[in-house]
Amino acid sequence: MLVLSRDIYDQLRKHGESTYPHECCGVLLGKSDNGKNTVLEAVPAGNTRTDSAHNRYNIAPVELVRIQRQARERSLDIVGFYHSHPDHPAQWSATDFAEAHWFGCSYVITAVQEGQAAITNSFLLTGTSEEDKQFETERVEVL
Amino acid sequence: MKIYIPTPLRAYTATLDAVDVPAATVSEALAKLTEQHPGIQPHLFTADGKLRSFVNIYLNDDDVRYLPEKEATPVKDADSLTIIPSIAGGAPHFDGGCCL
Repeated sequence: MLVLSRDIYDQLRKHGESTYPHECCGVLLGKSDNGKNTVLEAVPAGNTRTDSAHNRYNIAPVELVRIQRQARERSLDIVGFYHSHPDHPAQWSATDFAEAHWFGCSYVITAVQEGQAAITNSFLLTGTSEEDKQFETERVEVL
Repeated sequence: MKIYIPTPLRAYTATLDAVDVPAATVSEALAKLTEQHPGIQPHLFTADGKLRSFVNIYLNDDDVRYLPEKEATPVKDADSLTIIPSIAGGAPHFDGGCCL
């Protein structure tokens, strides 16, 4: 289950609208407890895939290192990531799955239709290795 | 030196978010880490001992892959290594649906 405030939920959806028709991306910081990821902060990140930003995203590892450091200083963890699918459904793609390596983290996807945020879904990456990993649809609780 | 462990790999370091190791180079630090916490080894390295393509290792703010001496780069006690799996993805090309 993913738990986040209305403000954070709106923030990541608006990020998707602001980068439309390109994908947005960012990191979710908070606390993880036995399959429940509680988000306390969403950190927008740059999309380095400027060659194909309408259907690809990538967060520069050095930016992730800095975000992880920020999180540590505030006693928070990286509990998930978000990105948008411009004019595509809020469902994970084969690329999302192939590039998912953060087990136990939530992967939030917002469909942005003609510039407006539509459905937001979250998928928990379960399993223990590249061989047995799975995306499981998880409940999103907006407080 | 300190090695910072990302959330998904803490299952293999007894939930520690950082591990201290004595080391003179990056590769020695990683070897010490896998000695102390053997369960993390297959998540960092392939069967033939190469760093997995999606695992990034940063020495302070520098990607080890781009350092002249790569994993043979000397390290000091005050340095830190950060293990950071990549994060990427994107919408499907054509079908608009999910899945494999």
